[in-house]
Amino acid sequence: MNALTNRAKQVDRRKMSFLERIYLVAIFKGMMITFSHIFKKKPTINYPEKTRPFSPVFRGLHILNRDEEGRENCTACGLCAVACPAEAITMEAAERQAGEEDLYREEKYAARYEINMLRCIFCGLCEEACPKDAIYLSETFAPSDYQRKQFIYKKEDLLIPHPIKQPEEYKKALGNKVKREKAN
Amino acid sequence: MFLAIDMALVIEKLVLIVIVVMATLVIAMYTTFAERKVAAILQDRRGPNRAGPFGLLQPLADGLKLFFKEEIIPNFSSKALFILGPALAMLTAIMTGAVIPWGDKVHFFNRDISLQIADVNMGILYVFAVVSMGVYGIMIGGWASNNKYSLMGALRAASQIISYELAMGISLIALLMVTGTLSLKEMVLQQQNEYWNIVYQPLGFLIFLICAFAECNRTPFDLAEAENELVGGYHVEYSSMKLGFYLFAEYVNMFISSVVMATLFFGGYDIPFLNEANYDQNWMALFGVLMLMAKVVGFIFLFMWVRWTIPRFRYDQLMNLGWRILIPLALFNMLVTGALILLKHNGWHF
Repeated sequence: MNALTNRAKQVDRRKMSFLERIYLVAIFKGMMITFSHIFKKKPTINYPEKTRPFSPVFRGLHILNRDEEGRENCTACGLCAVACPAEAITMEAAERQAGEEDLYREEKYAARYEINMLRCIFCGLCEEACPKDAIYLSETFAPSDYQRKQFIYKKEDLLIPHPIKQPEEYKKALGNKVKREKAN
Repeated sequence: MFLAIDMALVIEKLVLIVIVVMATLVIAMYTTFAERKVAAILQDRRGPNRAGPFGLLQPLADGLKLFFKEEIIPNFSSKALFILGPALAMLTAIMTGAVIPWGDKVHFFNRDISLQIADVNMGILYVFAVVSMGVYGIMIGGWASNNKYSLMGALRAASQIISYELAMGISLIALLMVTGTLSLKEMVLQQQNEYWNIVYQPLGFLIFLICAFAECNRTPFDLAEAENELVGGYHVEYSSMKLGFYLFAEYVNMFISSVVMATLFFGGYDIPFLNEANYDQNWMALFGVLMLMAKVVGFIFLFMWVRWTIPRFRYDQLMNLGWRILIPLALFNMLVTGALILLKHNGWHF
């Protein structure tokens, strides 16, 4: 029958030459190839000493933000809890009392705020839903642990350090949030 | 003392035995580490580098892991034979180190101590005989496991080993025709004075090398320990240190094969292009030992290099190679060597 295209290669059915039959030449060529791999660059990264670079929009652990004076931004509006597709966020609101003006920004704040890291899928919808710039996803992984209940992160675990009382830790926790906002 | 041997000789031999056995075990341990590192480097990755600096304590970690595992002995197997198998494999692997000349003579305490435990005048025959007994370790292991697959695996391994012993023996005969002596020490002395035996017996070396791969159960001849492992294999029922002995005995075998090849064909502890008599005896002996170790390292690297390059043989291809290709080739080598030696005696004319 006629071939449709002329791309079919004719199978080479010649008998092997003497040099091919003893296989030693082919083995030697193969060994040369393996030897050349000794001098190639290894793509392995020595993990705890070096880490693979992440993009600036990497979605990691959540952080509850504060404003420049150190007051918590979150008003317990519940938009992040509603937006979360995995129902990982729960919160209870409370009213700001008279002496707590420098702790919370608005009159309503979150008395209890919990994220279940085992449910969270790190999609970032809570960050997109928040109207107060109170929650965002930073660049660290969730560390491993031995018990399930250790994975329910409370408000204290999630809050960013105070910018005035603990400036270095604040700066470290802020990470590359500025880069991300510029990227967005 | 009721023996007519002086105590100094006994002590000297005992110390030498301890040193050789310890060195063999330590070198075999680090060969396992080198295997993983070399495999990694040839495969574009790094090997183990976490246990100790540069991963050097890794063999210790492996050995300890094997000690801590549970010892399982199957209920319906023969208990004595089950334990005997790996013991035999290890015994025959280490015993071959007794007749190898590790170095020249050293001069301590007003005595000339030769760095060879037993200078028997049939050295090579002893090595060969002991290596042949290594088959028993595998066969007993396979039989005592009381497992069809182990038995089949052991049978295959045993048939592979005995097939390649023949070609090895015949290529050795050609070498013995050239050297005229079976004693390993004599061979090294001859190679010190003339050229290394690789020059006189290149084809013999090639055959011996291929057979050494088969004797050590190394790729491309490792169907006893790799393919059958998917189903069974002679060490499937073993756990903990008995398995460790089987695996370790393979590395000791590899080390000893490298040493034997270096001694037979590459001059043993001879340092090329250097006349040893001109310098201090002890230092030259030390350099000789180091030189032998360098050659052994080269051979071990060759073993590993070939393992990570070539795919393994099918069983019928392996038997075909052993009986129908290597034995005729070895016989041909022997005949040509014999003819050339006769010619040489006749003064190079017919």
